[in-house]
Amino acid sequence: MYDMYRELILDHAKNPRNHGLLNPADIDFEGHNPLCGDHLHLTLRVDENNRITEVGWDGEGCAISQASASMLGEEIIGKTLDEVKTISKEQIFEMLGIPLSMNRVKCALLSLKVLKVGAYGLAEWQQQEADEEE
Amino acid sequence: MTERILTYDVEAIRADFPILSEKHHDDVPLIYLDNAASSQKPLKVIDALNDYYRTYNANVHRGVHKLSEAATQAYEDARIKVRRFINAGSKREIIFTRGTTEGINLVAQTWGRANLKTGDVVLSTVMEHHSNIVPWQILAAEKGFTLKFIPIREDGTLDIDAYAALLRDNSVKLVVVAHVSNVLGTVNPIEEIIRQAHTAGALTLVDGAQSVPHMPVDVQALDVDFYAFSGHKMIGPTGIGILYGKRQHLEAMPPWMGGGDMIETVRLEGSTWNELPYKFEAGTPIIADAIGLGYAVDYLTALGMDKIHAHEQTITAYALERLAEVPGLKLYGPEAAQKGAVAAFSFEGIHPHDVAQLLDAEGIAVRAGHHCAMPLHTHLGIPATTRASFYLYNTTQEVDALIEGLYKSKKTFAL
Repeated sequence: MYDMYRELILDHAKNPRNHGLLNPADIDFEGHNPLCGDHLHLTLRVDENNRITEVGWDGEGCAISQASASMLGEEIIGKTLDEVKTISKEQIFEMLGIPLSMNRVKCALLSLKVLKVGAYGLAEWQQQEADEEE
Repeated sequence: MTERILTYDVEAIRADFPILSEKHHDDVPLIYLDNAASSQKPLKVIDALNDYYRTYNANVHRGVHKLSEAATQAYEDARIKVRRFINAGSKREIIFTRGTTEGINLVAQTWGRANLKTGDVVLSTVMEHHSNIVPWQILAAEKGFTLKFIPIREDGTLDIDAYAALLRDNSVKLVVVAHVSNVLGTVNPIEEIIRQAHTAGALTLVDGAQSVPHMPVDVQALDVDFYAFSGHKMIGPTGIGILYGKRQHLEAMPPWMGGGDMIETVRLEGSTWNELPYKFEAGTPIIADAIGLGYAVDYLTALGMDKIHAHEQTITAYALERLAEVPGLKLYGPEAAQKGAVAAFSFEGIHPHDVAQLLDAEGIAVRAGHHCAMPLHTHLGIPATTRASFYLYNTTQEVDALIEGLYKSKKTFAL
């Protein structure tokens, strides 16, 4: 029953990809889950077409939140900010590939939240969340 | 590991709690160590709820018909049972609420609002549950008094010397404190705290959520002014709790919620209030759950609170010993002798959420997070802890399972 922490998650959590903040960066944003102390600081560089060329991040927290940040970082290199806008919660869950209880969803989505809020602002993220709620 | 002699036949007790025989996942039995969050219920309590709804459900106090009389009797019997359980002087001092949080808010919004003003000081503590911090912050913003916090020592006990110093400035009107910390397990010296508060001219409110379920409590002996606790943490139903208040305070306090039952007469021009305790029980009461709480009190009384306390102390002492041996594990709070049945810890290299998740896979229910005590965690310098908490039905084998689960987690994280 340890699929939750199967190799992929633990690997990313212990050997995170694109770890380390970029300086200077075009986009620089931090977020955290006060409920559990998951924390993420994300920096991006984009080219003239708003295509993400580099990702650097730093953070601490549970294995799910850190693995999510590591995997998402890899996913978005080469994508434009517009393309990144359409990344959904479901895609994050698929990316992690494990069943997530309600309480861990916030951990998994921290990286997406920081990315989107950093790129588009809080209002946009909150609108998306409101739209998706029942 | 050495054999521990338990106070009673815990297997016989466990048989009374149906959920404890449920499988947690697949073939994995449930090892429930999240009692500080909520407790499991004996069949007697579950049956009492069913029985009420099946055979004598009706609204109380107002009816003349047989069902209403039966319901009213059972509801008021439950009140008397609680009075005896905490040795309150009168059943009129027992108010049914939704829980500890509601009880504290009730006092803040009635006694607090009527009596506190700019220049006054209310003392809370760094280890408090949010329910004994936030209502006072909300009221302070409205009334202008100052909210201060009694600090804690390295070992997780309250700094009584600092408390005495804080009392000396003569403006303290109310001291609010937990009897037992829901994170550190610290059992605070309530009698002494109350005595000093009274000498300084302050009233006292105690959060009894983690004490009443686990040890004998005598509110008259404590001389406490207000005492709040929750039914669901003491093998009772959810949605029901008790606020105890000394009669003279409750009489002087303005009502809280207005509506039916808390009135004597209502005219368009104004209304008069009902006598205690009804003045503070507006609307249809939490009938079924109050009756259920009465049955929970019966169960606890039959087993004996001192026996329950002794059992828990054995389990907790054993748990603390075994937890202390696990490499990389740091325990918070005082030693077993000054500690309730709560063990919060951090585990090097593994986030509390991950610990809780891995333990869950082994059928072990613990809690991870800040446990509604963010200021405490800020003080400890960590965002979250993992917490195991014990009750009358836990066993030493369950403690062993917890330890095994922790070692297994270490391996999973290759630590």
